Amino acid sequence: MSTVKAITGDVAVAEAMRSIEPDVVGVYPITPQTIIVEAYAEYVARGEVQTEFVPAESEHSAISICVGAAAAGARTMTCTSSQGLALMWEVLPIASGMRLPIVMFDVNRAISAPINIHCDHSDTMGARDTGWLQIYSENAQEAYDNFIQAVRIAEHPDVQLPTMVMMDGFVISHAIQRVEVLDDAVVKKFVGERKADYPLLDIDNPVTWGSFDGLGGWFMEFKKDQMQAIENAKQVSLDVAKEYAKISGREYGLFESYKMDDADYAIIVINSTAGTAKTVVDTLREKGVKAGLIKIRMYRPFPASEIVAALNNCKAVAVMDRVPGYVDIGGPLFEDVQVACYQEGVNIPLVNYIYGLGGRDILTSHIESVYSDLETIAKTGKVASPVNYLGIKE
Amino acid sequence: MVATIKELSEKQDLLSPGHRLCAGCGASIVVRMILKSSKKPLVVASATGCLEVSTTIYPFTAWRTPFIHSAFENASATISGVIATYDAMKKKGKIKEDINFVCFGGDGSTFDIGLQSLSGAFERGTNFVYVCYDNEAYMNTGIQRSGATPMGAWTTTSEVGKAQAGKRVHRKNMTEIMAAHGGYAAQASPSHWRDLVMKAEKAFEYDGPAFLNVLAPCPRGWRIPTDQTVEFARQAVESKYWPLYEVMEGEHKITYQPKKEIAVSEWLSPQGRFKHLLKDANAPVMTEIQTQIDKEWNRLIKMSGEPT
Repeated sequence: MSTVKAITGDVAVAEAMRSIEPDVVGVYPITPQTIIVEAYAEYVARGEVQTEFVPAESEHSAISICVGAAAAGARTMTCTSSQGLALMWEVLPIASGMRLPIVMFDVNRAISAPINIHCDHSDTMGARDTGWLQIYSENAQEAYDNFIQAVRIAEHPDVQLPTMVMMDGFVISHAIQRVEVLDDAVVKKFVGERKADYPLLDIDNPVTWGSFDGLGGWFMEFKKDQMQAIENAKQVSLDVAKEYAKISGREYGLFESYKMDDADYAIIVINSTAGTAKTVVDTLREKGVKAGLIKIRMYRPFPASEIVAALNNCKAVAVMDRVPGYVDIGGPLFEDVQVACYQEGVNIPLVNYIYGLGGRDILTSHIESVYSDLETIAKTGKVASPVNYLGIKE
Repeated sequence: MVATIKELSEKQDLLSPGHRLCAGCGASIVVRMILKSSKKPLVVASATGCLEVSTTIYPFTAWRTPFIHSAFENASATISGVIATYDAMKKKGKIKEDINFVCFGGDGSTFDIGLQSLSGAFERGTNFVYVCYDNEAYMNTGIQRSGATPMGAWTTTSEVGKAQAGKRVHRKNMTEIMAAHGGYAAQASPSHWRDLVMKAEKAFEYDGPAFLNVLAPCPRGWRIPTDQTVEFARQAVESKYWPLYEVMEGEHKITYQPKKEIAVSEWLSPQGRFKHLLKDANAPVMTEIQTQIDKEWNRLIKMSGEPT
């Protein structure tokens, strides 16, 4: 039913795409996502997939091709990184506003300037409020698993929204890891066929897509419906995860709680740094420190109340943002966690760490220093500096 | 065989009456003629612009055929995705019908912001017809200059004053840019409907990307009477301002020879957007426009191998 392979994150994503075999792929190469495009182009050349592969002349066109294809009724995929996602930005809210379940893989990479090809999360964090669902992955296996599940979540009748799945550039995209790859037939059965509502190509029942809606129209009602659909994605993703567990043996939640049951000190983190941090948690646990970790999987919708419930017994919490917030109240994840705690009436000391920008190394010693700060904060009850940088050159 | 006017009039309009384009709008005339030229069912894409905002006001639509709009600069990419789906579904036997695909854009979305996506779609050999309804400025946003605005024309971003007499530079030669992609490209006018329909039919029948650049006078922007749209289109052709020609895979052919010599000033003078050119001080601009038109006509004569 599955094969264990030693492959990079990019190849794992390409393998998932090959098994899903979407009707249309519209894509443009960019480091560090390029390997996915190249691998898929190879499957096409070898006749292993029937996909219409459209090599666009830019990411703006790649995502626009996806909009046209998805409206026409196709299961549609693309992938990108960094500047590519930035160039797509105009079309991202069009895809979600038109309720098109396009599935995209974004390999996280810093945004220029200075130009930098390495990992941080400023590309997708800049697109977090475009009406797309966002699912983050710690490693190649999760990237593979999330990408397959994303198809079902995006296309679910209660959701009907585009979805982007992420992993860290180079650290995961280019690193060879152990990945359990499901058989094509198993994946195909799991994703099924897309049943599109009102496909454009139904010439006997003509529909107008992308209408103009001005004053006196229904703009706000469209948006409210979209917000409801995003909320619906929480339950849908959990239901899909249960089904996916049956074929893979791996079940995913909205986020992963690692040793959180009795944790005094927790950090909240996204993507590959969770792996580094887990080893630190294990070491601290051996020393008797009640350390725990929350790794975000579903970032949009944001599982606010669920995260707060998981943090409720902590004495201090650190939120890790791999993106420059450009605002002195902290990075986007920090803001979200703060708001969530405030809304739930939970007053735990919270502290923010900006780290790993442009691929800057994040070491276990950095994470250890964060837990050490948390112990001090818990003891003193004071957060001396709410927003901090890890690994900065002095 | 080009359809007769009787045959065309008997065909149902796919763009229904009741749309909210202005009185005398050239674009709607052009679009209706082109829609009637397809012998197969049609799927339409449009760039953001006059045509799109005036025909799709939710919850209404003027389109009796599938229609999609996404954004300003990406209509060619959007229809590329639709066609990719059509190809995929045809292979899988999920779609049986043969369908024609047409994409409409104004000169803003064609000459300027959408040029890249248009060029990309043509390079990929996408089988569709792209129609530019060229009204020579950004009319939807209130008459700003575009890459199609002719030299000397007043627009709200190529103003007339002591320092300049309207737009300082010539428009770009969009038809030649598209012809250089190697497919079918043609220039047409609603005044010469038979020529227009012939080119549209040819474009739909062509197996590959086809481009039609169709002059679409805009009474608001050109400052002309709303009942004179087609007349102004005709004079543009007769004065050789808007030569009717086609390029099939690199081969140029002039499809209409104006009968008599008409100076471009005769066409420009009655248009409010050029009225400042009648002043003596702006005579050099008028001369420059005429020079450019003569140069382009002579180039076309040469390219098409016509006797001079």
